[in-house]
Amino acid sequence: MPRQLPSSAHPFRLPTGGRIDRSRTLTFRFDGVAYTGHPGDTLASALLACGVRQVATSIKLGRARGVFGVGSEEPNALVRIEAPYAEAMVTATTVELCEGLVAFGLPGRGRLPDGPDPARYDAVYAHCDVLVVGAGPAGLAAALAAARTGARVVLADENGELGGSLLGRGAADDWGARARDELAGFPQTRVLRRTTVFGYYDDNYLLALERRTAHLGAAAPAHVSRERVWRIRAGRVVLATGAHERPIAFADNDRPGVMLASAARAYVHRFGVAPGRRAVVFTACDSGYPAALDLAAAGTEVAAIVDARPQAGLWAQRARDAGLPVRAGHAVTGTSGDPCLTSVAVRELRDGEPTGPVAVVDADTLLVSGGWNPTVHLFSQAGGTLRHDPARVAFVPRECRQAVEVVGSAAGAFTLAECVADGARAGARAANREATEADLGHVLAPPPDPDDIGGGAPPVPLWLVPGPDEPRTHFVDLQRDVTVADLRRATGAGLSGVEHLKRYTTAGTAHDQGRTSGVLTTGVAAHLLGVEVSALGTTTYRPPYTPVPFAALAGRDRGALHDPVRVTALHDQHLARDAVFENVGQWKRPWYYPLAGEDMAAAVARECRAAREGVAFMDASTLGKIDVQGADAGVFLDRLYTNMISTLKPGRIRYGVMCRADGMVLDDGTVLRTADDRFLVTTTTGNAAAVLDWMEEWLQTEWPQLRVHCASVTEQWATVALVGPRSRDVLSALAPQLPSSSDDFPFMAWRDTRVAGVAARVCRISFSGELAYEINVPPWYAPHVWEAIARAGAPYGITPYGTETMHVLRAEKGYPVVGQDTDGTVTPQDLGLGWAVSAKKRDFVGKRSHARADTARPDRKQLVALLPDDRHTLLPEGGQVVADAPLPAPPVPMLGHITSSYRSTALGRTFALALVRGGRERVGQRIYVPVGSVLVPVTVAEPVLYDPEGARRDG
Amino acid sequence: MSAGTRPPGADLPEHPDHLWREPDPKRSYDVVIVGGGGHGLATAHYLARAHGITNVAVLERGWLAGGNMARNTTIIRSNYLWDESAAVYEFALKLWEGLEAELDYPLLFSQRGVLNLAHSLQDVRDSVRRVEANRLGGIDAEWLDADGVREVCPIVDISPAARYPVLGGTYQPRAGIAKHDHVAWALARSADAAGVDLIQGCEVTGIDVRGGRVTGVRTTRGSIAAGRVALCAAGHTSVLAAMAGFELPLQSHPLQALVSELLEPVHPTVVMSNAVHVYVSQAHKGELVMGAGIDAYTAYTQRGAFHVVERQMAAALELFPVFARAHVLRTWGGIVDVTPDASPIVGRSPVAGLYLNCGWGTGGFKATPGAGAILAHTVAHDEPHPLARPFSLDRFTTGALVDEHGAAAVAH
Repeated sequence: MPRQLPSSAHPFRLPTGGRIDRSRTLTFRFDGVAYTGHPGDTLASALLACGVRQVATSIKLGRARGVFGVGSEEPNALVRIEAPYAEAMVTATTVELCEGLVAFGLPGRGRLPDGPDPARYDAVYAHCDVLVVGAGPAGLAAALAAARTGARVVLADENGELGGSLLGRGAADDWGARARDELAGFPQTRVLRRTTVFGYYDDNYLLALERRTAHLGAAAPAHVSRERVWRIRAGRVVLATGAHERPIAFADNDRPGVMLASAARAYVHRFGVAPGRRAVVFTACDSGYPAALDLAAAGTEVAAIVDARPQAGLWAQRARDAGLPVRAGHAVTGTSGDPCLTSVAVRELRDGEPTGPVAVVDADTLLVSGGWNPTVHLFSQAGGTLRHDPARVAFVPRECRQAVEVVGSAAGAFTLAECVADGARAGARAANREATEADLGHVLAPPPDPDDIGGGAPPVPLWLVPGPDEPRTHFVDLQRDVTVADLRRATGAGLSGVEHLKRYTTAGTAHDQGRTSGVLTTGVAAHLLGVEVSALGTTTYRPPYTPVPFAALAGRDRGALHDPVRVTALHDQHLARDAVFENVGQWKRPWYYPLAGEDMAAAVARECRAAREGVAFMDASTLGKIDVQGADAGVFLDRLYTNMISTLKPGRIRYGVMCRADGMVLDDGTVLRTADDRFLVTTTTGNAAAVLDWMEEWLQTEWPQLRVHCASVTEQWATVALVGPRSRDVLSALAPQLPSSSDDFPFMAWRDTRVAGVAARVCRISFSGELAYEINVPPWYAPHVWEAIARAGAPYGITPYGTETMHVLRAEKGYPVVGQDTDGTVTPQDLGLGWAVSAKKRDFVGKRSHARADTARPDRKQLVALLPDDRHTLLPEGGQVVADAPLPAPPVPMLGHITSSYRSTALGRTFALALVRGGRERVGQRIYVPVGSVLVPVTVAEPVLYDPEGARRDG
Repeated sequence: MSAGTRPPGADLPEHPDHLWREPDPKRSYDVVIVGGGGHGLATAHYLARAHGITNVAVLERGWLAGGNMARNTTIIRSNYLWDESAAVYEFALKLWEGLEAELDYPLLFSQRGVLNLAHSLQDVRDSVRRVEANRLGGIDAEWLDADGVREVCPIVDISPAARYPVLGGTYQPRAGIAKHDHVAWALARSADAAGVDLIQGCEVTGIDVRGGRVTGVRTTRGSIAAGRVALCAAGHTSVLAAMAGFELPLQSHPLQALVSELLEPVHPTVVMSNAVHVYVSQAHKGELVMGAGIDAYTAYTQRGAFHVVERQMAAALELFPVFARAHVLRTWGGIVDVTPDASPIVGRSPVAGLYLNCGWGTGGFKATPGAGAILAHTVAHDEPHPLARPFSLDRFTTGALVDEHGAAAVAH
């Protein structure tokens, strides 16, 4: 049951009005003190209602600051939120009040919440004919006009309610309500509230952030994402982003109690809050007057309307008629208070200079209206250019290459009728490009506009009110504590462009991205430099329009979903055998399979022994596989591989190397010819995608005439490598139809057969030097085949092995691994693979580079083996190799580095592979590897250490 | 905030009261430097201060230091893999260490160290290789295991359960960050004070070559004669080279970066991770400064695609869960100019008197004083500085590449 609060709890709450729910009360804490408010309040409006004037302190000078604006333009009221959700730094004007809110004012700098963020975030794509940004009068009109044509419309607005400046304003608000109701009836229209369009990219791609749960507080359902990024592709965009009121630089213009006039009006209308008891209004345009009248109607005493314009026009008459004192041709020259505003100094303004006696007016509130800045941020992001409109004293949109139209006050229109007409026409036109002028006429009747009194007076440019002292408290950027004095120093230092001035002073770089300070900075700087405002221009508006949480942008791509884990069809088999996994690219590959009590070294030694002496098997499914088909497939592969592929006979396999254009090894692997016009190319695991990209790049950009198609079939085959002198025995038991002799099924051949009853392609390939087979089956049969191999091999002690053992076995044979023994600076010749580089082929990718002077040098770094003098010393992979001991002073000349280093059971010692300058010439020499403070002596050897004759290949 | 606490922004140094003149271009200079970014300004500074050559103009088509100099993430380190690269960047780092005093300007040069994380066994091999090479080369470098990484930067998530767990990292304690505007303006002020004309809003539209020798440039502010012309225009150096009649092997890609709002200090060092693709530091005012991945397409537009930023945020939160509620305040794009071996081109060109300095890719800022000193030497002596020799244009003909792509090789 709602509690009845004493009215003193809300000393500034008006008895009526506002779009708040007075029947319910919310409790919250600010800076440790308990307060109450109502649903519909923001933290800022609730604090103002409770009489809290100072909300924060400023970053550089530590000055007291209060609520200055009403929305995302707020420069002062920065808060941190602790409950019911955590926020590092937000503006109090954009925090919807919820039960139990705990917030603290900030000195211009946020504090990241401790502990993990439990919320979830997501992203949604949307496509529409018309995207309308902003649901004020112009935006509502645009959305309605577009929706009525049947177009797919998205309307996004950053507030919790549609209506913008109409909200809480009587008959105008009723018009807004009717528009909202009608929009709700269009099934093709999507209305996104609490959704800020923050980025406008090429091809009408816009990003928006929807805040979905913060306003619900602790009642937010756990399954609903906290924030959602909308990725919107729009046929046409209508920007109805409104305008922000501009402050004026005068002495001490930052005190709590100083507020934008439009903000004060919004607090009255939307929140039923009086900004103060006694107000002075300082204006350089007509906007100060309706604000003064609204405040007066709400019971705030208006002590003076100070109008910088000598001729204030109809509005001044209205105000005087209502009994409000108007001082035309005057300016506010300063404020007093400790720290909150208690009085305002007013002087006559003559030729921009204050003159005559100072009148001190007691007031707790000072409303300021220096004019309006159309909100052109998104338009600028889209690539739109601006022009300065001297009549409106505003930068307005000029032109843009994208399909966008700016309407309403964002385009410089400032009456309600103009905004609605403008919006409606743009909406209809955006939905229907063929619309005629007649179609577009009077689409929508505007709401009654109490502000339109049939003729006002033009605004004047008023950037600053000079004072007798150095303008050290004339703030242009409240959030960055940048003053006119700072700008004067900057221009005095020789700077004359806005980008330099911004960087010198930091104006416009804070949380609000210069929403209130940007144009004011330009105006003051132009004044100081004695140039036109139009000549100086604005700084570049960059995305995002409002700050966007990292977590919202990360979305679902976190943890296990950050980069999807790839596992093979045999993953469960590996888990069942207690494999330890290694990340290889996105894949999880078994690294080794420890038995109980075994460490890695023991497991690897055991796996190696099995492969060399009996039989072992591994999951080789992650190797990339590319199906290359077409009449020119052989020609194509001849161009990509260094060796000849087209002469390969169907049924046979060839090892091949690919180079980049610079002649360096890109990848290696085997190629199977499966038909006259078809090859199966295998790649290294990590390079599978890159090699397919490589093929496509050449096919699509250089050789489009070749009749070749490539497709990844990595996951269409599961591959089991069966290795060791007893592998033939195991396979014979499972594949009785397969010829077992090397004559009938020679090395580097493949056969289609059945293995364990499953159609399989068996290759005679070896990456260990042992008799070995690779058995390829469709992945859904792989577990069956794996287990069948395990059973058939059991009599021979078959052992599963992982990547570490694979590496030891291949390194003993001197087989390089691309990416480990190469680094993009290694030629096939450097690796000792000169035999795989065709001298006969007219050309292949990299051939020309192999003839370059440096690439053909005989003393390049070459792959060799290193044998530590001490047979037990394991050299560090990555260790450097030097020629001499002891080490000279740095820089020490280095010969190369260790690429692979293992303990070998078969060799009974440790060994390493290394890339060493002139390595082949050094075979037999003693060189050194610095390890910590020790120089380890090693002997250079030929890289093939095990079975150099290749006697074991056929079993 | 308790009474008596100094506001967090109170201690940042101010810029000086005078920076530079805004002269009109003269008809002729001894040396014209095209490009008023960090490298152009540093070249002017060293031409004047180290070689006594002051009849110099720096021509900038926009505003001084408004290109990549204003758009980078200000990381300074010298822990490069190859001797040639490490030598250049270490030369630059040593200059950085004396630059504040040399220029009498607060550069906010902060040697807070750089961590390069390893997430795979191959990362570990590559890291050890680089550390060992650096140590033998006389550059401070350490290999840290995961716990060591956490000691240096407690907010890095080193959980083994992470998608790509941190297996360790390399650490260069002398590395760090500086404030880019301060650096550029300090160099500009020094050059200006020595008599160098810094001319903004002056685009070069042609390069005059006679008999194989450069004689001057044509600009939007008139023709300017010069016996020597140094090109310091990053990716646009290709455009300038074409005006002089030759081609450069440069590709330009957009590269985005971003900052958060100002935050209380949480991040004491600089963390880079190639595998997860993050590089982030927390600048002096408190904003997190972060670089995104390079956009794949080539372009001179200083704008990238947003999905690159989204991916970057996901990567950042993998390493730094504490950043979840930091906000992206501002994003922007620069242009990285990349050569086939990802190392710069510095030295003479096919046109006599025309000198090249481009292709620094993502290394440009950290090289600033080094690049300037080396190019100034090269211009002054018409002879490549010894450190520039490996970075000559003709290496793409001979094949003597300095391939910094190398360390980014893939896993087996």
